[in-house]
Amino acid sequence: MKNSKFLWLFGLMLVLSVFLAACGDKEDATTTKEDKNSTTETSKETAAVIDEDQVLNLIEGAEIPTMDSSLMTDQVGFIVLNNVNEGLYRLNPENVAVPAISDGEPTVSEDGLVYTFKIRDANWSDGSPVTANDFEYAWKRAMNPDMASEYGPYMMSGVIKNATEISEGTVDYNELGIKALDEKTLEVTLEKPVPYFLSLMSFGTFYPLKEAFVTAQGDNYAKNSDSVLYNGPFTLADWDGTGLTWKYLKNDQYWDKDTVKLTEINVDVVKEVPTAVNLYTNGEKDRVGLSGDYASQYADDPEVVNQPDTAVYYFKYNQERLGKKSPLANVNIREAISKGFNKEDLTSVVLANGSMPASYLIPKDFYFDEDGNDFRGVNGDMTAFDLEAAQAAWEKGLAELGVKEISIELLGSDSDVSKKMDEYLKSQLEKNLPGLKMSLKEVPFAVRLDLDTNQDYDIEFAGWGPDYQDPYSFLNLWETGGGNNHMSYSSSEYDQLLKDINGKLALDPEARWNAMAKAEKLVVGEDYAIGPVYQKGAMILEKSYVKGIAKHPFGGDYSYKWAYIEGKN
Amino acid sequence: MAKYILRRVIYMFITFFLIATATFFLMKALPGSPISSAAKLSPSQLAIVEAKYDLDKPVAVQYGKYMLNLAKGDLGVSFQFKNASVTELIMKRLGPSFLLGSQGLILGVAIGIILGMIAALRQNTIWDYGSTLIAIIGISIPSFVFATLLQYWLAVKWQIFPVALWKDGWMSSVLPSIALAMGPLATASRFIRTEMIEVLGSDYITLAKSKGASGFEVAFKHAFRNALIPLVTVLGPLAAGLLTGSLVIEKIFAIPGIGEQFVKSIMTDDFPIIMGTTLFFSAFLILVIFVVDILYGIIDPRIRLSGGSN
Repeated sequence: MKNSKFLWLFGLMLVLSVFLAACGDKEDATTTKEDKNSTTETSKETAAVIDEDQVLNLIEGAEIPTMDSSLMTDQVGFIVLNNVNEGLYRLNPENVAVPAISDGEPTVSEDGLVYTFKIRDANWSDGSPVTANDFEYAWKRAMNPDMASEYGPYMMSGVIKNATEISEGTVDYNELGIKALDEKTLEVTLEKPVPYFLSLMSFGTFYPLKEAFVTAQGDNYAKNSDSVLYNGPFTLADWDGTGLTWKYLKNDQYWDKDTVKLTEINVDVVKEVPTAVNLYTNGEKDRVGLSGDYASQYADDPEVVNQPDTAVYYFKYNQERLGKKSPLANVNIREAISKGFNKEDLTSVVLANGSMPASYLIPKDFYFDEDGNDFRGVNGDMTAFDLEAAQAAWEKGLAELGVKEISIELLGSDSDVSKKMDEYLKSQLEKNLPGLKMSLKEVPFAVRLDLDTNQDYDIEFAGWGPDYQDPYSFLNLWETGGGNNHMSYSSSEYDQLLKDINGKLALDPEARWNAMAKAEKLVVGEDYAIGPVYQKGAMILEKSYVKGIAKHPFGGDYSYKWAYIEGKN
Repeated sequence: MAKYILRRVIYMFITFFLIATATFFLMKALPGSPISSAAKLSPSQLAIVEAKYDLDKPVAVQYGKYMLNLAKGDLGVSFQFKNASVTELIMKRLGPSFLLGSQGLILGVAIGIILGMIAALRQNTIWDYGSTLIAIIGISIPSFVFATLLQYWLAVKWQIFPVALWKDGWMSSVLPSIALAMGPLATASRFIRTEMIEVLGSDYITLAKSKGASGFEVAFKHAFRNALIPLVTVLGPLAAGLLTGSLVIEKIFAIPGIGEQFVKSIMTDDFPIIMGTTLFFSAFLILVIFVVDILYGIIDPRIRLSGGSN
């Protein structure tokens, strides 16, 4: 008896001390915040010229899986590649594709099929010149079946002449539509006119490779930072191939080195947000991405930067589950669900991470016409929260199906944020659509992909980020029988529009724009094939002295070419 | 003794082979594909990529090939790190995991033994309650909570140790090692206390005492030695777990260890890493169990390592 009382007392003290420690945390956080405020203001007043010490300290969320541009498929890899190498074009801070290794704009044949690029005087990090052959070698290497590249055929098929046939194995990879006419002249032949071709040239898969170097390295090529050549603003250093740390050093051989101000960027992989925030608070890191609870905790912090992303998340309505017609084959049911939940609350309260409600497929700030008009303006919000419309459609749908109740399974991811979001969606939809019973299935990504491929789900919560700067990157997902469709959506009108957008309208920007608008309207606002939920956004803590990091809508997410430090000291 | 060891070594190989086989087939039963952009590839292109990694072959053929390569010491190439060999990856990542694990284990066991002995020798006093409380805290609070508290107080607040990252030499290993030590500390102190109390009450201790043995002699020469046996039994697997990486601690302190990588490989269906790491872990565990058995004989001469002829 005496014993247990003693233990109980100790236990109580322990709980109290943990509680007090937690309170202490909060107070300290506030103090730090105030301190930061005053620092920010001081730096604003005193900063006039950029600092002498141009060193940036960054955090990445994952390792670099490979530095071989032909094999690269991941986000971090493409960020690194975008900063240490360069293709014919590069996205500028305004996200316009501008000539990079290409010496000015290419000449284009009248039919829009043949592009002739002049290669500017640019060097590899070993001092040798970048030539037209380097592009020819790299592109063909990415199509060589022996390489088993995933992005090579994916990015080139239907764009570069013969790429589709090569990936099907009917034509030799040496027949790819690219040819070095001489050291400084490169000729690229397309399969058909491709309006977004030049922006595609800023994508890592299309970067050059020096054949002599790659061959000499053999199996060791791209295994660490010493076994790669660089032609971009920075070179990579101290990367051992699988490690959690690397550096970017200013590349003195870069053709536009005068623009580059940073001399060094130190990157460490930190996978835990609290650890990353601690490193930021300690001053060891200059920039850190926030997620989950940390996003809402820091939402009002003056050092938070909200950064819209171009990934869109949506419900995939499976019309035929395992070969059997599902309730979602009914268009009214799909409409009811698309309009039946409050997206504002979802993004501002549940997610609270800079994401914004989406009632569209093509994201905001992604695609513009020649006058700079955002494509998003065309169709507006097609499936905004509308309780009345949702309930009317729901009643109609139930009547058509001849039922009073429908049970639907929502397939989602097993992360904490996703689980929270799924709970919210379930409660909203069950409340707003009487007779709906929603069950949640939360599984790891690989399992979700498997269920998707087998069409073993009712509604899947999925997302897509673009691979090139054109609405077609989103629109082609819903082509009849397409590899991403996996939900038995089929519309001959939609298929025809896709064919036109990607074919005969290629050289008529206005008609193409209209066709893309019609296609989006069809898939989201008429057929309700998918139910858009939100456009992803990122919340980043960034020290006020960090300037000029460019964020891009596709390919490598960030460019440090124009970044600099001002007012740190 | 030699016969016993030889027999055990043969068993070890059989166990290892069975684990390899079971893991291989379990892994093949995992849903999903290791090809990260499988959804984007055309069927023909997917076939080319699958062929490169032998994923197009029947599972039996894949198994045969894998075992042949394994016999040659080749664990294959990772899917995530596209040109890194699995052996290379494990070797690179093992160093930090091993350092943290061994420091955590030694620290935890040493302090645990001391606390356990104090508790047993000063039964039902404030010393006993104190060390019991520490043990309860060690068992009931997960290591990542300690890690976060240590990181906040000793690194962010007082700036004695680095917050995270594997950059400041030995200093980087201090906080994660302390966080890892809490588990073994609690286990060791609990076992030593219980066993010592039991041993201290047994007849031969009373006899030793009546023969005039000092308290110190009784505690260390007789009681402690006997109390060690159950501890050694649990410490074997605990050591294998700690030395081969603690995924949460490695993640919190951003340490390039093997634990976190192992979990990631399962999430991404990176078969070569799953296999390589599992085999490495099992080999290690098998070896530890073997060493523990040998240690029994050293600690307690009553346990004889005799052969099967008896």
